[in-house]
Amino acid sequence: MASDNKPKAVDPAFTKSVVDAGADTVTLCFQCGTCTGSCPSGRVTAFRTRVMMRRVQLGFKDDVLPSDELWLCTTCASCDERCPRGVKITDIIMTLRNMAVREGYMAEAHKNTARSLMKTGHAIPLGDAFRKLRETLGLDGEPPTVLTDKEGLEEIKKIVKATGFDKLVG
Amino acid sequence: MAEYALFLGCIMPLRYPGIETATMEVAKALEMDMEVLEGTSCCPAPGVFRSFDRNTWLALGARNLALAEEKGTQIVTVCNGCFGSLWEVADLIEKDEKKKEYANSILKEIGKQYNGGVKVRQLAEILYTEIGLDAIAAKVTNKLDYMKAAVHYGCHYFKPDIVKKIDNRERPKTLDELLEVTGATSVDYRHKNMCCGAGGGVRSRAKEVAQAMTDQKLEAMKESGANCIVDICPFCHLQFDQGQSGLGTSFPVIHLSQLYVMAFGLDEAINGFEAHTVPVKF
Ligand code: SF4
Ligand code: SF4
Repeated sequence: MASDNKPKAVDPAFTKSVVDAGADTVTLCFQCGTCTGSCPSGRVTAFRTRVMMRRVQLGFKDDVLPSDELWLCTTCASCDERCPRGVKITDIIMTLRNMAVREGYMAEAHKNTARSLMKTGHAIPLGDAFRKLRETLGLDGEPPTVLTDKEGLEEIKKIVKATGFDKLVG
Repeated sequence: MAEYALFLGCIMPLRYPGIETATMEVAKALEMDMEVLEGTSCCPAPGVFRSFDRNTWLALGARNLALAEEKGTQIVTVCNGCFGSLWEVADLIEKDEKKKEYANSILKEIGKQYNGGVKVRQLAEILYTEIGLDAIAAKVTNKLDYMKAAVHYGCHYFKPDIVKKIDNRERPKTLDELLEVTGATSVDYRHKNMCCGAGGGVRSRAKEVAQAMTDQKLEAMKESGANCIVDICPFCHLQFDQGQSGLGTSFPVIHLSQLYVMAFGLDEAINGFEAHTVPVKF
């Protein structure tokens, strides 16, 4: 959902839940904009890191959790290394994304990446062309990871079940 | 097991396997005792899986670390994503007893345990601090003086620099020096320290946004007169290699391991350049 100019409900409990989830430094932000000035993504989109921090402070939950902007951060960490207030911005964005996913806001493309991990132990598949190239290079066609280690792959499946990740992704 | 265990990850073995063979051959040439760490999974990737669920990210990362702990070895990565995730998981477990307890409560389900202490390294940093520029220079038989490279560090190599202490985030130099030891020149360019654009799940969810960031870097590289890109991460590598058609540039994209294969006069066939979208020719 792109942000618009309509007033949104303020939810102080949202700010508290972000703080309680360990992202307490968000309260330290004094809106200088150093983060926005450092942000590679903000250079090419309307995503403004500073605004996101303010929205969290004010409890604008519906402007944050369902937003596309939340997912435009590359986690490059330029911002939090420069923030004069020691706000752990990348970490806060991670906290917000985890909350968004738990509320059901997860893009289909991301669900597919997550499903690949749960099924194969890897984020991407191995195609025939690459299997052949590996062989040409003198490597095993399939790398000696959980792709060939059946027990290892079972372990991955048990882990994602134990953490509840399988249910979360659906 | 060997002193160093190469962590494979996903993009390198599954998209650019030449980086894998190049890394092993370069390690051999530099007399590094290195083997592949077997039975690993995705690191798991910091931008996507940490964004989705930190607990799962922590537990899967701890499993990979436990494999290295069982073998009594340090982990070497040639990918900033793997480096970022594994380094951070190891660091969190070292510093936060609760995280360690949680990770082990999950690992218990698979009969594993991670006690801590595994060192997670990036090859570039090992080459710079342990092997040393002099030892690398001594291996150079092919001067790459025709290369004017735009080096791309990638984000998770030196950030957060306050705790990683690998390089200066505003003015890094390790990769420039690791490049120039081969006789190549590192050209200065705008946005040199900027992200490639792919990370954080942006490439998979909003490819055009990732590409817009990549284009900014490519434009700047064009201005600088560079004739190739040198990186230390298969994901940045993929983003640059597959992202050049829009601007019509044709910078060959070369991973540091592949660069050393060329400079050391090793068999260039092992670089697997046929996997590259932009042909590696000068
Ligand atoms: S740099 Fe820090 S203090 Fe300044 S706006 Fe960003 S988060 Fe707030
Ligand atoms: S970590 Fe995210 S918000 Fe911060 S500068 Fe990088 S892309 Fe922007």
